[in-house]
Amino acid sequence: MQFDVIFTPEALTLYWDGLLGTLELLIACIVVGGTLSIPLAIMRVSQSAWVRGPVWLFTYIVRGTPLLIQVYIIYYGIAQLDWIQARWDTTWPWIGFKDAFFCAVLAFSLNTCAYTVELLAGAIRDTNPGEVEAAQAMGLSRLQILRRIVLPSAMRRTLPAYSNEVIMMLHSTSLASTVPAVFDITGAARSIYSDFYLPFEAFITAGVIYLALTFTLVGFFKLAENHWLAYLRPQKH
Amino acid sequence: MYDGYLLSILHGALLSIQVALGALVVAIVLGLAGATAKLSSHKPLIWLGGIYSTIIRGIPDLVLMLLIFYGGQIGLNVLLESFGYTDYVEINPFAAGLITIGFIYGAYMTETFRGAILAIPRGQAEAGLAYGMSKPRVFFTIVLPQMVRLALPGFTNNWLVLIKSTALVSILGLPDMTYLAKQAGAAARGQVPNAPLLFMAFAALIYLVFTTVSLIVLRQLEKRYTLGVKRSAV
Repeated sequence: MQFDVIFTPEALTLYWDGLLGTLELLIACIVVGGTLSIPLAIMRVSQSAWVRGPVWLFTYIVRGTPLLIQVYIIYYGIAQLDWIQARWDTTWPWIGFKDAFFCAVLAFSLNTCAYTVELLAGAIRDTNPGEVEAAQAMGLSRLQILRRIVLPSAMRRTLPAYSNEVIMMLHSTSLASTVPAVFDITGAARSIYSDFYLPFEAFITAGVIYLALTFTLVGFFKLAENHWLAYLRPQKH
Repeated sequence: MYDGYLLSILHGALLSIQVALGALVVAIVLGLAGATAKLSSHKPLIWLGGIYSTIIRGIPDLVLMLLIFYGGQIGLNVLLESFGYTDYVEINPFAAGLITIGFIYGAYMTETFRGAILAIPRGQAEAGLAYGMSKPRVFFTIVLPQMVRLALPGFTNNWLVLIKSTALVSILGLPDMTYLAKQAGAAARGQVPNAPLLFMAFAALIYLVFTTVSLIVLRQLEKRYTLGVKRSAV
C-alpha cells in the first residue's frame, strides 16, 4: 500500500474538491427533492383518482428503474433532444440542460422525491383519524388541518425513514461521476486511480470519506429525532 | 436496423438477469453467514459480522464496485506473483460484477435475516436442542422455515434494490442492458430520431417489467408463507 500518494497536497485538494462537490449535490437534491415531495405526497393521498393516479405513476416508474438509467435518460436523452437544444441558449427552464450539474441534480432530485413522497404519504395515511375529526369539529378548514395538524405530525413521523433515504441519496450521488464535468468524491478517486494506478488507495480513501459522512448524517438525524420526536419517547417518571 | 438495436438491448437484459440472480445467491449465502455470525456467542465472529454489515452499508455501491473490480485485479496478480506465477491473469468482468453485487447485498441481507431470526421465540430453538437435535438441524428444520415469512418483506426490498444496482456493471464495461442501450443511442444518432432517449427509455421499461414481475411473484410467495398466521385487526 502506498498511502503516501494520497497524503500529498495535490491529492488531498482533489478529495477536498470532491467532498465539496458531493455536499453541494446532496444539499441541492435534499432541498429540491424534499420541497417537491410535500405537495406531491398530499396529492398522493387525495380522494380523487385523477389527482392520485399521476403521482402514483411517477413514483412507480422512478422507484422501479435504476438511478443510473434515469441519469442517462436526462443527460444523454432529454438534454440531447433537438427540441431542447434549439432552446437551451435562450429560453429559461431549458437553459439548465446545457449544464451537467443541473442534469445531475434534476435526476437525483426526482429520484429522492419519488421515494420521499411514498414515505410521507404513508405517514399522512397513518395519521390518527381522531385528530382530523377533532380539527374538523373545531371548524378548521382543509388547508388549516393539513398545515397545522396533519403535516407537522406526519413529517415528524417520517424522520427515521427519511434519514435512511438521505443516506441512500448520499451514496447515489457517487453516480455523478458517470456524468462528465460533475466532480465528486468518487470522481476524485477515479482520477487518482487513473493517474497512479493505485485502486486500493484511491477507492479506500473515498470509502473512508463516505463512511465518515454517513456516520455524521446518522448523528445529525439522531439529534433531530431527539428534538422533534421527543414526545414519542418513553416517559420517565 | 431499429429492431437490431432493440434486440441487442434485450440480449443485454439476459445478462442483467444472470448477474442479478447470481448475485442474489451470493447475497443469500453471505447474509445467512453474516446473520449467524452476528447472533453467535463468539466475540470475534460478532465483530466480523458487525464490521461487514456496517462498512459495506456505509459506502456507495459504485465505490465498492470500482474498489473490488480494479483492486481485485491487481490484488490477484500480486498474490499470484508471490506464489511465483508470473503470467498476467485477467478477472472475468462478469464474475467480478456478480460477486461484488452479491458481496454488497449480503450485508443488507445480514440485517434482514438477523431481524427475522431474532423475531422467532427463543424457546423453540431451545426445545429443539432439548430434544437432542443438532444445532444445524435446529436451524434448518425449526428456524429457517419460519424465518422465510418474517424475512420476506425485507428480502423483497433488498431484491428490488439489487436488481436495479445491476445497471452499475455497465460502468465496469460489462455489456449489460444499460451499456448496450447507451452504445445503441450513440451509434444510431442521426439514423433514428432521438436515439439516446429512445433506447435508454426502452432499457428503463425492461427494468420496470423486471421489478413489476418480482413484486407480483414475491407477493404471492408472501401470501403462501403467511397462510395460517392470524393478523390482528385494528
